[in-house]
Order: sequence, then structure tokens, then C-alpha cells
Amino acid sequence: MRRAAQPAKCLFPKRISMDARAEPAVSTERLTKVYKTTAAVDGISFALPYGSITGLLGGNGAGKTTTIAMLMGLTTPTSGTARVLGADMPRERYRALQRMNFESPYVEMPMRLTVRQNLTVFGMLYGVAQLSARIDEIAAELELTDLLDRPTGKLSAGQKTRVSLAKALINAPDLLLLDEPTASLDPDTADWVRSRLERYRAERGVTMLIASHNMAEVERLCERVIFMKRGRIEDDDTPARLLQRYGRETLEEVFLDVARGREAAQ
Amino acid sequence: MSVAVQTFSPRRVGAMVLRYWYLLRSSFARLIELIYWPAVQMLMWGFLQTYLAGQSSLYARAGGVLIGAVMLWDVLFRGQLGFSISFLEEMWSRNLGNLMISPLRPAEFVAALMVMSIIRLAIGMVPVTLLAIWFFGFNLWALGIALAAFFANLMFTGWAVGIFVSGLVLRNGLGAETFAWSIMFLFLPLTCVYYPVSVLPDWLQAIAWSLPPTYVFEGMRALLIGHIFRADLMIQSLALNAVMFSLAVLAFLALLASARRNGTLMQTGE
Repeated sequence: MRRAAQPAKCLFPKRISMDARAEPAVSTERLTKVYKTTAAVDGISFALPYGSITGLLGGNGAGKTTTIAMLMGLTTPTSGTARVLGADMPRERYRALQRMNFESPYVEMPMRLTVRQNLTVFGMLYGVAQLSARIDEIAAELELTDLLDRPTGKLSAGQKTRVSLAKALINAPDLLLLDEPTASLDPDTADWVRSRLERYRAERGVTMLIASHNMAEVERLCERVIFMKRGRIEDDDTPARLLQRYGRETLEEVFLDVARGREAAQ
Repeated sequence: MSVAVQTFSPRRVGAMVLRYWYLLRSSFARLIELIYWPAVQMLMWGFLQTYLAGQSSLYARAGGVLIGAVMLWDVLFRGQLGFSISFLEEMWSRNLGNLMISPLRPAEFVAALMVMSIIRLAIGMVPVTLLAIWFFGFNLWALGIALAAFFANLMFTGWAVGIFVSGLVLRNGLGAETFAWSIMFLFLPLTCVYYPVSVLPDWLQAIAWSLPPTYVFEGMRALLIGHIFRADLMIQSLALNAVMFSLAVLAFLALLASARRNGTLMQTGE
């Protein structure tokens, strides 16, 4: 059993409040991506205020990953706009990439490199000051200290997720994009990851967008949920209001209603 | 918060070089492979040269022309391969997504791959040149300034081909990996590594003279057989290399843009 999270010094110094900013951290306007004749994302518009934490939900092929890829500048929209941290994506992506990061179990870290080597390389790429101290700090926070000099490929799935999370937090990002951050983790490790994300958000006021199929995770972490289906936004509200409107007990039931086309009560 | 955006960062280039250096250092097999093939090639051609020298007055006169050719060919081939393999390492490790969402710029990525191709080549070729002295008394280093000109031009071509192949892999996934291993072999007959351009039919000579390495191999033969350093050939090679490199960079950027349009940057499989 993993030991309980210990109270620790604040490793992620708070930045100036970002809620006062006029522009949201992320905004899309009629964002569309068409592959040949298929619209993977079909004219979606939403805005994420600074410091918010939002779940992006939908079945396989709903358009979540394509949306996140466009927000990161990895995929060029067919039409519409995506603005991230004040930069148009992908045209001005280098203005934003320094201040954001991404974690997904589907994007791996070089396996032959040790954890410390991987964090050193990414820390240098992001221009992290006092990198060695930063790696020690983040390793302590994510309980990686004993693993720092082991090859990443020799770690368990849960340990690799923590390393990916360490990479995603190495530059203390203002915006964190997470694609199924706890996929394939056991409940204990998944709970531990969620508690770290909650803590990070509380300490730094970071904006988070989480694509997930785990409804319990979304209920716990997210103050807002965007449901996508066939590339469109099907619903967008707080978890509490969604439960109320659909007359359901859990987000999973709401998810099934949305996926199967059942209308909300009002 | 305004963030200063640096357009080209030596620190990020250094980060990528460090990443590949860590990888190389972690794998004894990778290090051995860098030396193994150039050594085998050099020994095989060296013994053939020794045999031919006893049979033909030309080969007796032009000591080292075959060993020199094979070693310069390895500079070209290994230069490209060193570039492409470092790039492929990102595909194999499924790390490209992490790099593409980092502040790393394409120019910095390419610069790091170029540095790595030199490092990999040095690890492989320096011991082989010493072996050539020991086994056959052929000292590549004795070519002096000419060697520097040959090396620079061949590396330039290797990088241009490496950049183009990386663009193909970026756009089409690991299905295009085979180009990284095979594309340079098209240069082997066309750039006249082991024979003069005059051997080719007229129409093929025109193609040969459009490729920068042809001038290097002709220049090497002029030096080893005629004992003349043909600076004019090196300048022509450099000019063609500048064109070829520019075209490769444009193709890479076009293929990268295409990969962004087609959403293939996150999917680094086949």
C-alpha cells in the first residue's frame, strides 16, 4: 500500500492570480478538423478561464485527442481558431509551448535513459532554471527520488506514469493537458496521481484540460465537463448540473445517455 | 506574463545532443555497430586493393584509391545514417510527441541531428582510419586540407539526404523507415565511388555530375592518382550541396506541415 501523501513544502510557487486576465487560458472558435471527408472535430467553441479544471469526455472517436492535438499545435485546424495562453495555434505555438505541457500514457519517454537523464533533457528543452535542484524537488514530490538513476524502461506502469507526470510538471506549466492520465493504473496509484494533480492545481492555480474515460476521476477533479460526440460538443456544464439535468446519480450514467443519444431532461 | 521567445537556442540543441549521447553511452551494441561495418568494409576493399596492386600497374601506381574510396563512401553513408538513425530513435521510442509539444524548433532538432551524425561518424571512422594505416599503410589523414574539403562536402550531402528522409518518416510514419537504410545506395553507382565518371554512358554522366559527391570522388582520384588537388571540383560540389541542402530543408518543412495537416505527429507507428 502506498504511504499517505506527506505534507511537504510548496514546490510549485504560486504565480500572480491569472483569473483577472481578460482573455481565457484556452479558447476555440468554430474549431474544425476534417480528414478527407470525415469531420473529426466539427466547429466546436469553448473557453477555459485561467485556473479552471475541465474534463473533456466522449467515446472513442469523439474528437477529444484531435482537439487536444490542435490545442498543442500538433495538428493544423481545417478552419476555426484555437488560442492558447494568448497565442494562435499552431501559427504562434512557440509563444505558448514554453508555458504548457502534456502527459499521456500513449506518448512515452525514452526507455534507455534514466529518469534523471530524461528529466534533464526535457528540463533543458524547457529552459528550466536551476535544473538539478528542480529535478530533485519534483522527484521528491512525486516519490521518484529512489528511481532517478534507473532506466525508465525498467519501471512499472505506475512508476512510468509518475515519470511522465514529472516531465509534464518540470517547467511548472500554466496549462496542463492530460490525455487519460490514469489509464491502465491500479486504483491505488490512480488515486495517488489524482491527489497530486489536485495539489498541484491548488498550489499553482494551473489551468487543466483532462481527456478521460474515467468518470470517477472527472467527478473528483473537474469543475466543468465538456461532452463530445462525433466531433461536436454535445453538452457542457458542471458535473452537479449535468447530474441534475439528466436525472442521474453518476457521471457514468450521464456519459452513457450522451453517447447513446438520450436527451437531457431540459 | 510575457515570455521571451528565442528563435534558435543552442541550449535546446545541446539538450538533444545530450539525449542522444546518453542513449549511445547506454548501449554497448550501438557503439560497436558504429565501428564494425566501416572496419569490415575497409578491410575487404583494402585486401582487394593489395591484390590488384600486384596485377595492375594502375592500382600499383594509385596506392590507396580503393581504400580511400571506401572510407570516403563511409563518410557519406554513415553521415546520412547517423543523422537518420538519431531521428528514428525518436520514432522507435515513441518520444516524438513529447518533442513536438516542447519549445524545440525544427532548426534546433536538425542542428542536433547534424552534430550527432559527426559524433557517430567520428566514433566509427577514427579507429578505422588508424586500422587502415596499420594494415595497409594508407593514411587518410595525410590528405590534409583535401580531406577536410572531401569530408565537408560529403557530410553536407549526407545531412541533406538525412533531412529529406526524416521528413518522409515524419509524414508517413515508420513505414518510410526503409528509405533511411536504402536511399543512399542509389548514390553508390551514380556518384562513381569506385570508378571514374567517364565509365558511365553519356546520359548517366549528366545525372552523375548533378550529384555533389561525384565531384568529391573524382577529386579523390585526381589527388591519389594524379597527385593534384582539384579545388574547382570542391567548389562545384559545395555549390550543388548548397542547392541540395536548401531543397531538403524546404521538403522537410513541407512534409512537417503536411504531417500537421494529416494529424500524424502523434501517431508514430507504421
